[in-house]
Amino acid sequence: MKQVIRISCNRRNLKVVRDFVSDYLAGQHLSEVLVNQLVLAVDEVVANFIIHANAEDERQFLDVRIDVRDHEFGFEIEDGAPSSYSPGSYQEPDLREFVRVGKKGGVGMMLVNRIMDRVEYSTTGEHTVCRLYKSLT
Amino acid sequence: MKITQHTTDTTLTLALNGELDASSSVLLDTELSKPEILRTQKVLIDCQQLNYISSAGLGVFISHLQTFQDANVKLVFFNMQEKVRNVFEILGLDSLMTIVPSEAEATAV
Repeated sequence: MKQVIRISCNRRNLKVVRDFVSDYLAGQHLSEVLVNQLVLAVDEVVANFIIHANAEDERQFLDVRIDVRDHEFGFEIEDGAPSSYSPGSYQEPDLREFVRVGKKGGVGMMLVNRIMDRVEYSTTGEHTVCRLYKSLT
Repeated sequence: MKITQHTTDTTLTLALNGELDASSSVLLDTELSKPEILRTQKVLIDCQQLNYISSAGLGVFISHLQTFQDANVKLVFFNMQEKVRNVFEILGLDSLMTIVPSEAEATAV
């Protein structure tokens, strides 16, 4: 079963996406902690696309799709624009250093990478897609 | 996100109600940035009604922690729901910040 939602790039829509994902997962017999983790992972990627890739331009849209196949959850977040984010450059941050310098951002993808089994980015033409996978077994 | 404040001579308690994300975390950042907060001894964060926290919310606490420590202001979280505490644990923030089960324990820190 596949579910899809389209939102404009406004950070107020983060709540809309979280409700969409949690409503879908509510019927999957998962623990509250796991549901929260999956909602959080999607929220972090969507927030990055809205705030960093699209500078909160409400004329831009994101599509979020959920699919369950072979005991694996797949979340697909598609941006209508090519993203400047390069997952190849990702390095796990040093949180103690973040505390020392008072850094406010930079732990979102750390959460995503620690929660999900696989995180994949691809850019085709004008579209950037992030796919998140989590096995249920 | 709704933030309710309670102040005593030595302690500021902030009760967080709702979801702390990239949209609502600005409100919390404003509260924790007030200069008078550094004149208190302890900032207690009541998380009983905090239903969700994202990296933006965590980032607000991370960004103020050193300033609080330098000013000898203790930052203590209590009444945290399991799913919210789990987010702190994923990053190991539970070892960098003080999280206790109850208000009584938070007051005793």
